[in-house]
Amino acid sequence: MTNAMFPRGMTRRGVLKGGMALTAAGLILPAGMAMAQAEPKKGGVFRVGIGHGSTTDGYDPGLWDQLYVQTFAAARHNQLIEIAADGSLVGEIAESWSSSDGANWVFKIRDGVTFHSGKPVTVDDVIASLNHHRGEASTSAVKPYFDAVTDIKADGTNLVVTLNAPNADFPYLMSDYHLPVMPGTDGKIDPTSPDGCGGYIVESYEPGVQATLKRNPDYWKSDRAHFDQIVLLTILDPAARLNALMTNEVDVIDQVDPASIGLLESRGVANILSISGNAHYVFPMDARAAPFTDNNVRLALKYAFDRQELVDKILAGHGSVSNDNPIGPANRYFFADMEAKTYDPDKAKSYLKKAGMDKLEVTLSAANAAFAGAVDAAVLMSEKAAPAGITITVDRVPDDGYWDNVWMKKPFCASYWGGRPVEDQMFTTAYQTGAAWNESFWSNAEFDKLLVAARSELDEAKRKDMYQEMQRLVSFEGSTIIPMYNNYVMALSKALATPEKVANNWNLDGFRCVERWWFA
Amino acid sequence: MNEIWRMIGRRLLLGLLTLFVISVVIFGATELLPGDLARELLGQSATPETLAALREQLGLNDPAPIRYLNWLWGVLHGDFGVSMATKKPIAELVGGRLGNTLFLALYAAALSVPLSLMLGVLAALWRNSVFDRMSNALALTSISFPEFFVAYILILWLAQTGLFPSMVRITASTTFSERIYMGFLPALTLTLVVTAHMMRMTRAAIINLLASPYIEMARLKGMSPLRVVLRHAVPNALAPIINVVALNLAYLITGVVVVEVVFVYPGLGQLMVDAVTNRDIPVVQAIALIFASAYVLLNLVADVLSTITNPRLMHRR
Repeated sequence: MTNAMFPRGMTRRGVLKGGMALTAAGLILPAGMAMAQAEPKKGGVFRVGIGHGSTTDGYDPGLWDQLYVQTFAAARHNQLIEIAADGSLVGEIAESWSSSDGANWVFKIRDGVTFHSGKPVTVDDVIASLNHHRGEASTSAVKPYFDAVTDIKADGTNLVVTLNAPNADFPYLMSDYHLPVMPGTDGKIDPTSPDGCGGYIVESYEPGVQATLKRNPDYWKSDRAHFDQIVLLTILDPAARLNALMTNEVDVIDQVDPASIGLLESRGVANILSISGNAHYVFPMDARAAPFTDNNVRLALKYAFDRQELVDKILAGHGSVSNDNPIGPANRYFFADMEAKTYDPDKAKSYLKKAGMDKLEVTLSAANAAFAGAVDAAVLMSEKAAPAGITITVDRVPDDGYWDNVWMKKPFCASYWGGRPVEDQMFTTAYQTGAAWNESFWSNAEFDKLLVAARSELDEAKRKDMYQEMQRLVSFEGSTIIPMYNNYVMALSKALATPEKVANNWNLDGFRCVERWWFA
Repeated sequence: MNEIWRMIGRRLLLGLLTLFVISVVIFGATELLPGDLARELLGQSATPETLAALREQLGLNDPAPIRYLNWLWGVLHGDFGVSMATKKPIAELVGGRLGNTLFLALYAAALSVPLSLMLGVLAALWRNSVFDRMSNALALTSISFPEFFVAYILILWLAQTGLFPSMVRITASTTFSERIYMGFLPALTLTLVVTAHMMRMTRAAIINLLASPYIEMARLKGMSPLRVVLRHAVPNALAPIINVVALNLAYLITGVVVVEVVFVYPGLGQLMVDAVTNRDIPVVQAIALIFASAYVLLNLVADVLSTITNPRLMHRR
């Protein structure tokens, strides 16, 4: 139920919240809100107001890290593989792919696709694009993905990737936004060039301010990229973003401040799109540092706060409760029936007793750099924990330098994850023993064994069991408190139409709003 | 006249020294900030290996004094260097933004300077009248509100009614009249913020002079009050007025980050904030130098002008 995706046109706030949404979406349509889901229309200038972007942004795919560059990239680039709105894989530059053993992957490169410069896309370009993220000198954020890759080569016009161990989910990794296909010369891409083979051609770009792109007349997808022109604007201030939408300076804004959603709706100028995905907020505890070394202490903390309260107050209802599970409802193997943890001070006390304590004092370091409302969330947790004999001292730290001085340095802090389309990716990135971003320093031999085994397991049912067991381990033995999944909340001008299903893998329709949406 | 040239020369040299000291202070302050450019570029997703590779590429492993001297050497040759983060020449990066900032500053000055001088003179002329009290109260009210509050109020009244755009989108093809139209709200915000200071200084300087014997004399001759003020009081009040105008112009160039953010105005302030959060030190240095130069130059101009308007300083015995 919670993985419902909310179609455009549903502006009633109550309807959008939580579990009611699916039934509502199917049955009740507010009057005058007929879903204009007919044929997409071409034309118009699509203006997007994005709450990210800085003068230091650039064209190097290895350094992309936020919504502005991600959406900008989706407009001008194609990848090997695209994640469709329903979560399935669709070939983009790779027409098809196959593997006999899960370790040797063959990708058939689509014929007849050209870059904006007119040069045809060949397998050599793909190899150059992937190699940008490999090797000693690479500064790419996805370098760890390629640790398992032993060889990338061309076989005629096909691409062959060899892994050191089978991985059934490897094609999913190829859909990562860091991996666009860019033109290569002598085996290297030019990380300062905007050239790509996507639906729009860059006309002008001023980093941290705006980019304008025009439709690529030779785009190979005939049913995509409907706008004549798109303008991507950086509008950092949430109030300025709202103003821009209300005064019709932009057609869509991301990250609508939960506190102003109600006000926006009452003005009736925009449609709210609230998409529940895999993004989640976390409070990692350092499993190496006392008192968090004891799983009973960690469990006590997990039962000592009210998850629903956090969803209601921090997300204004635009999210759902998480059971300390980094795998979200949008994932394939999401363990929905896992025993739920509710606020229970007595249970928390009993776990403390098991740990040999009758009261617990911990310090929680938080800054809103971790996520909007992190400090408030920490205060709410501290209030609720008091009756269980747990004193949580909230240490408010500065936003600036948060990821340097606090995250993975202080034993108990706040953090966030965008969610990953593949279970393996999420677990490998943040929960495997010794992983670079294992923010809780958690180490569990059984979990690690399952993780490797599941990767090469090709039997669906067995894989599902394995991934669910891993979710249970993280939830009940892990060292990370995960109170909630946060929805992606956007506000759209009434002129805008979206497909019935809007992707929930990332914000702004999986960054693809530029390609998938149109003006009704 | 030689006196003036000698003063300008001396002031310029002192100004250069000031700029040098400022550049050292800025560099030192940015060194104290936690983290570095590599860390900020990679963000949460940084691993030790990628960090090391990026640091090596950016030359962040050199000791701080060496990096500072390298930068200073470039600046002395007219080369501000390249931004570490974008690899673009800083001159190019800053150029367009500086133009935008100067445009907004001049726009706001063109509105606020005549307005505040006029209000100041009239308030002095009709001292303690309803007009005097009203203009004082209004000017003080608008200066007491934080800038962003004034900005949002203006957006509520003037942008949401559709009269003016709530954000400024300047591209290469934007015409001058479009700029004037789009920039109106930010310029008006700044006008409201700086008017009080200049107006009250004008009023105070003139009222101060109105008590002097020579004004009394002019009045006794039967001159009209307006003529007394304009012909006899204003010329002698120019020195303090010029100084406060210069100070406010410098503020308009350097202190408008908040207004830029609210109206999404692509000016220097936002660029500097970006550069600081990203630890892009060469850019921070360049902008800090521009801001400091603005202060130094405007103060110099103000001093020269107030000397020229004061015969007693011009013809010292």
